[in-house]
Amino acid sequence: MPPGVPFAEPVPVQIELLEQGSSLWKDAWFRLKKNRVALLGLWTFLLIAVVCFAGPFFTGFSYESTEITLKASAPLERILSKTQLRKVGEAKETYLALSNLEDEFLEKSVAERRAIVKQVESGDEFREGNVTYRLSKQRHFFGTDPLGRDLLTRVLVGGRISLAVGFAATVVSMVIGVIWGVVAGFAGGKVDTIMMRSVDVLYALPFTVVVILLMVTFGRNFVLLFVAIGAVEWLNMSRIVRGQIIALKNQEFIEAAISLGLSARRIMFRHLIPNVMGSIIIYATLTVPNVMLLEAVLSFLGLGVQPPLSSWGVLIDEGSRTMETSIWLLFFPAIFFSLTLFSLNFLGDGLRDALDPKASKD
Amino acid sequence: MIKVIAGRLLQLIPVLWVILTLTFFMTKIVPGGPFSAERQATPEVIAQLNAYYGLDKPVWQQYLGYLSKVVRFDFGPSYTYQSESVNEVIARAFPISLQIGTLAFFIALIIGVTAGVVAAVNKNKLWDYLPMSIAMLGICLPTFVLGPVLALVFGLILKLAPVSGWYGLNYVPLHPMVMPAVTLGLFYAAYIARLTRGGMLDILNQDFIRTARAKGVPEHEIIFRHAMRGGLLPVVAFLGPSFAGLISGSFVVEKVFNVPGLGQEFIKSVFNRDYPLILGTVLFFGALIVIFNLVSDVVQALLDPRSRK
Repeated sequence: MPPGVPFAEPVPVQIELLEQGSSLWKDAWFRLKKNRVALLGLWTFLLIAVVCFAGPFFTGFSYESTEITLKASAPLERILSKTQLRKVGEAKETYLALSNLEDEFLEKSVAERRAIVKQVESGDEFREGNVTYRLSKQRHFFGTDPLGRDLLTRVLVGGRISLAVGFAATVVSMVIGVIWGVVAGFAGGKVDTIMMRSVDVLYALPFTVVVILLMVTFGRNFVLLFVAIGAVEWLNMSRIVRGQIIALKNQEFIEAAISLGLSARRIMFRHLIPNVMGSIIIYATLTVPNVMLLEAVLSFLGLGVQPPLSSWGVLIDEGSRTMETSIWLLFFPAIFFSLTLFSLNFLGDGLRDALDPKASKD
Repeated sequence: MIKVIAGRLLQLIPVLWVILTLTFFMTKIVPGGPFSAERQATPEVIAQLNAYYGLDKPVWQQYLGYLSKVVRFDFGPSYTYQSESVNEVIARAFPISLQIGTLAFFIALIIGVTAGVVAAVNKNKLWDYLPMSIAMLGICLPTFVLGPVLALVFGLILKLAPVSGWYGLNYVPLHPMVMPAVTLGLFYAAYIARLTRGGMLDILNQDFIRTARAKGVPEHEIIFRHAMRGGLLPVVAFLGPSFAGLISGSFVVEKVFNVPGLGQEFIKSVFNRDYPLILGTVLFFGALIVIFNLVSDVVQALLDPRSRK
């Protein structure tokens, strides 16, 4: 509307007869909201993410500080503090699990040992020589690992890393894949053939093997981990984007943009990419669990995140080695990991149903 | 058809060449060699070892030498197994992985297709939701979680299968192959179930199925003869990539159950920097994957007249 022209007096219309205009995103959100499972996935995932990122500040333990004497204590097991006076004014405090107290007095008779355990259990101190045993207030909700590290903190910190790798690698793969796909699709002809042929060749490479080789070549570095994963996960994205771009590029609005003399870069970034954002987001959501799985596999094999830093893959690996005696070390990281994969897969499926034009018919 | 297969077989060569070249030069970039750190060797010994394995020559000469050997299917000696060549290591370890992989493959196919067809036929009923929820669970429980859990339940508690190992384990009823194969197979069964359901639903909504029903063709014949042929196409297309997955899955499963297969050998070779073994196994895996993709394409073409061109 040219400036200066006053608005015409609006003609009264019965609003409810008009169909409300609605954007793709509004539509999609509406459809997603109806999909209870996908919504549950979304909230579960957000909850896990928030807990993992904020949680470690509140657990009161560090993910790497060890407490050797504590060993692998069970979830919520009562912890004793053992204070050893060495010189005057110098005490050494260590912790141990209540169930291990008997092992401290192996030279005593069974009855005596039971009596000591009972005494300490009731809240009293037990003193022998310069050593004092006392019930400690500290509790490990998920127990501790064989080195006495708090499992809850390790699971949460591991979650941070698994999620961060998942997202960072997905972003890397998204950027490469989208640019590759858009350029190939928009350029067409020989450029397209060469670009997509090379994708075909890369596609035939064994993925996991390539990542493993990258990790070996460039060291087991945390940053390189997600670059390596991203570098092999972009192929599908580029194919999907290219297909969509080819369908779009013959439409009138692109013709108009070309005839207006816009640069190829501007057309690609301002006109083409926004139009394929839906597919990109769907596919990215489904890539995140795959990437997390790959990271976990690598860490599980000892090629990814290195201890004492934790990730869910590392923790599951550690847990599976001690599952005979302390199953919780496997149970908690496995539950967190599976729940995250669950929620992301459900969310991705829901998003696909919500954003896919083919699905909007029913 | 034969022309297509021949063309695809020719494609194998550039792909394998890319794999070989990439892997070769990646192993050359790595600082340090297989003899640099581990054992306390004098510089003379290291120089002699390097000369023995040809590591003192310029990289391009090493590359050409390796290439000419690979063309003759000779992957050279292994650094870690002094008495074995890479070919021998592969010949020893691969049959074990192959047994597990094949069994897993059939477990995945049988369970997956059955569950998918049952779900599609009973769309939006209990027998749709039940198998599909289990399938989702299967996808989200990765092999390295499922494996230890199965080992715990069937190995340690029920004592039906060995917890780990491969040789000389006759005191339990199940062969040591079973647990790894089930672990590996269930994950793919879940995927295949979802693909089967989707494919079958697509086909069951089509006109020719309605025509068949109108003609009075019995329901089981509609499902098994008319619908399954087209409905399983997505599954067939997935078989190629799934084979690649079975290979990388074997790394995990063989580690969990401590099976001396090729996956374990690969991981070990990576840790030991046994370059000839790394190169050999990577090439071997690459060739397998390419061939399997080809087989899955051919089967797809046989099933679907539309994709034959």
